[in-house]
Amino acid sequence: MAEFRMPSLGADMKAGTLVAWRVKPGDRVKRGDIIAEVETEKGLVEVEVFEEGVVDQIFVQSGEKVPVGTVLAMIRPEGMPAASAPPEVPQAAVKEHVPAEAGPEVKPGLEVSHLPGQPPERRIRVSPLARKLAAELGIDLSTVQGTGPMGAIERADVERAAAKRLAEKAPTPSVSEKPVPPTMEKPAATEFQIGMRRAIAAAMSRSNREIPHYYLETRIDMSRALRWLEAENQRRSIKERLLPAVLLIKAVARALGEVPELNGYWIDDRLQPQEAIHIGFAISLRQGGLVVPAIHHVDLKSLDELMEALRDLITRVRAGRLRSSEMTDATITVTNLGDLGVEKVFGVIYPPQVALVGFGKITEQPWAENGMIGIRPVLTATLAADHRATDGHQGGRFLEALNRYLQEAAKL
Amino acid sequence: MKENPQMIRLTYREAVREAIREALRKDDRVFLMGEDVGRYGGCFAVSKGLLQEFGPERIRDTPLSESAFVGAGIGAAMGGMRPIVEIMTVNFSLLAADQILNNAATILHMSGGQFNIPLVIRMATGGGRQVAAQHSHSLEGWYAHIPGIKVLTPATLEDARGMLWTALEDPDPVLIFENSNLYNMEGQLPADAGPVDIDRARVRRPGSDVTIITYSASLFKALDAAEILAREGIDAEVIDLRTLRPLDQETFLASVTKTHRAVIVDEGWRSGSISAEIAARIMEGAFYELDAPVERICSVEVPMPYAKHLEQAALPQTETIVTTIKRMMHS
Amino acid sequence: MSPETIIKPTNTETISSQRIVSISRERALHLLYQMIRIRRFEAKSAELYGAMKIRGFLHLYDGEEAVAVGVMEALRPEDAVVATYREHGHALARGIPASAIMAEMYGKQEGCSRGRGGSMHLFDAKTRFYGGNAIVGGGLPLAVGLALADKMQGKRRVTCCFFGDGAVAEGEFHESMNLAALWQLPVLFICENNLYAMGTALRLSQSVTDLAKKAAGYAVAAEAVDGMDVLAVEVAAKKAAEIVRAGEGPYFLECRTYRFRGHSAFDTELYRTKAEVEEWKERDPIKTFIEHLKNQGLVSEMDLNELERKVADEIKEAVDFAEAGTWEPVEDLTRFVYSEWRGV
Repeated sequence: MAEFRMPSLGADMKAGTLVAWRVKPGDRVKRGDIIAEVETEKGLVEVEVFEEGVVDQIFVQSGEKVPVGTVLAMIRPEGMPAASAPPEVPQAAVKEHVPAEAGPEVKPGLEVSHLPGQPPERRIRVSPLARKLAAELGIDLSTVQGTGPMGAIERADVERAAAKRLAEKAPTPSVSEKPVPPTMEKPAATEFQIGMRRAIAAAMSRSNREIPHYYLETRIDMSRALRWLEAENQRRSIKERLLPAVLLIKAVARALGEVPELNGYWIDDRLQPQEAIHIGFAISLRQGGLVVPAIHHVDLKSLDELMEALRDLITRVRAGRLRSSEMTDATITVTNLGDLGVEKVFGVIYPPQVALVGFGKITEQPWAENGMIGIRPVLTATLAADHRATDGHQGGRFLEALNRYLQEAAKL
Repeated sequence: MKENPQMIRLTYREAVREAIREALRKDDRVFLMGEDVGRYGGCFAVSKGLLQEFGPERIRDTPLSESAFVGAGIGAAMGGMRPIVEIMTVNFSLLAADQILNNAATILHMSGGQFNIPLVIRMATGGGRQVAAQHSHSLEGWYAHIPGIKVLTPATLEDARGMLWTALEDPDPVLIFENSNLYNMEGQLPADAGPVDIDRARVRRPGSDVTIITYSASLFKALDAAEILAREGIDAEVIDLRTLRPLDQETFLASVTKTHRAVIVDEGWRSGSISAEIAARIMEGAFYELDAPVERICSVEVPMPYAKHLEQAALPQTETIVTTIKRMMHS
Repeated sequence: MSPETIIKPTNTETISSQRIVSISRERALHLLYQMIRIRRFEAKSAELYGAMKIRGFLHLYDGEEAVAVGVMEALRPEDAVVATYREHGHALARGIPASAIMAEMYGKQEGCSRGRGGSMHLFDAKTRFYGGNAIVGGGLPLAVGLALADKMQGKRRVTCCFFGDGAVAEGEFHESMNLAALWQLPVLFICENNLYAMGTALRLSQSVTDLAKKAAGYAVAAEAVDGMDVLAVEVAAKKAAEIVRAGEGPYFLECRTYRFRGHSAFDTELYRTKAEVEEWKERDPIKTFIEHLKNQGLVSEMDLNELERKVADEIKEAVDFAEAGTWEPVEDLTRFVYSEWRGV
């Protein structure tokens, strides 16, 4: 017997009002069915069930407001079908088994449920293989829909979730490479890659289809910042030296402090700015492709801590040891393609994020200042932003702030 | 070596008989002893004709004294002979259980390695012939519980022909279980077929989606099931354990690591069975490779009934294997 | 349950008694020495059991020494012995060193079974000693098989199989007697009838208590002998062994004896009276043999002292050997489950 509880749909959700039941006792339900509607501070939410079975009892009636975690109903499992019984359940499972289109399947309302601060969730049924794979891929199992018996998560489910996650989070088409030696040619890996590519396509299409992007660009004189960095690095040991990327990331975080509308998600037709600044930072992989893990709380970290975090992240990315939370909770993305010689980046926003900051290569360029022309190291910073969430005005303020912080690197 | 050895057509029964005949010819120390193995020709006609060929000294009819003639086999083995003791059915072997468990399996150890027992015991096993609850059980898994003996379950003609000699060469007691339903199975075998190993399982059908682990007569049900499943797009790998002790877990763990799903088909009863042992080994050795719970298809836990429909319902069947695997694969 | 009657020492009219045989001083001292070393060895075993040096089950042979000693005189080195769990006496008389037996009971790897067997499972390939078997009756089929192997290989050897009166109630006894007789196998069956199967008196477990008669049912030559008389046992066993060795089939020799100690180390002996034990002790095979030899003027008090000292030295050496023995490394635990070699 499984409990169907008032879900926690976000860190700040304490209670919900049951608006309507879509099922009654005796009804058969399967995973993913919407069985109740719940009113929250953030609006009406359709609540899906994660069990397969029969509605046994309903404890909370429409109109009642109950705390998160309250048992709303009991779901009675149907016995495993007898071996000789007509394969009703397997047929139902077939429908579930068809890989869902990544785009339309995304339920942003529930995506929030794996943000930090989430109370403990129901026991998830996972096959050992799926659990191992999820750990390897950094997939948070609470975000995965199982299609196995009684909702168990199986290998295929994790692979689909991994593909979906990358599609949603990657600013550019990206592939998460499993840390397998290239000689180990597993058929599963090929399926995985194909699935991932398909999912990336769907997510990027969705981004392009749904997000009205606007783009802003600014040239930033990096001479002060680089000079400061050089001086700073000179008095540091090689191990402790800072990379220019650290200054850029930190500056983005500081600028977001002034323009918080760019840091968050577009969910339920409204902007949901996030207090924490988790910057997804694109890291290319040696064997091709890239991943975008988040550096958490960038605004709260010193440059040294940030450097440490970045170094650690790169090491672990290359070793294939990312934590699931790092892969799922970026609030904005930074893409630095300067290493490749790219001058400007026009990114595709990673839904449900609302902005992407791109950095090109720092090049020596003629620069006029105070009526004088000189040669300066210049960086082109771009902003791709969701026009539903912000306007060019905010975007402009962000780039202005970014520039300003980079002129005072010592204060970063 | 000939490139294409001449193939001969024979039954499982004939393959066993040929194996015994070859052993008797090759080694003077070998003799066959058991109830009705001589004049009657063997309860299942396995030893038919051997008395005429080898005489009553080497084809010995025994009284109905399982304990005495099995124990005599142990003593003779210690005394320098290479006895093949035939027990009519596994149910009767219980009358000699004392000798098998308390002597054959223990004396090497109790003597600190001084006395080994190169004894082979053959017996018929298995249900499906409507001979009810005292002639039909599959207790080979039960014997596999015992350290000190080896338990072989030849399913194929090749193994029926080839396992015996290897067993006779083994310094320790070997029990060979011949499923009585297989005796009439006919097939082709090279005329010069010889000894085979007795310590490795075999992949009888390679596949990628699910592993069926089985042995003895159930092998053919599993292979039939795999064919049916193949038509539905499910590619089953079928493993014939061949030997239940020592258990070649390397082979089935490698298979489960590849397919991520395992079904064990065992004609023994489920509780405390060899299928339980295999499932446990999979948990120990391939837990993180499993994408679904291990499934077992065993005999229903009743003494074997006489009525045909009840007996068939009690035994593992091809159809059950098919439906179980389809359920596992959600198809 | 208290014993209803005292079981009297065997009526000597029904059995062979050979006190009249003449015997050399040398042989007399040999037989006496064998019996005394068994008696003293058992006393030391009991002591060491109490001191917890020896554990498990301990079945002592006191009172029955004449059987093992007398029978072993009839065997040759190439013969085989299958014994029971009360087999210290058989092992000592057969020639397994006391030190190897003691070390075995200590559980040391220098023991005759590497410490894998203990008191009930003494084995020795050198003397063809196929074990103390702790399943009552379990050794009989083995003996039949050993004899079968000899017969099939044309070896004129005897397999001597010891068992108690309790084993006569087992199916394995009857199956083995029949098979040995049917195939005319060279087995010397030695039934040590000490009147009790653990705590159950023979008369409470057998419809026919004259056990030699059981053999007649299988057309096996049989005789009953006074098991408290080492000379009688020796003579009877030699005669029986000769018949067996000659290929005339098995032989059943019942040795009527009595065990002075309990069944095992922990036995309160509720099933018999002290008076009965005392009465039997009057017929102590060692005591009566010494009396007989003294009467014959074959041994002196000095000889006895000399024997005792020799035995004491041997037992002290055995205990020292066992004490100094080593424990088999636990890493070797799973050895000897299967042979460590292959081939034919």
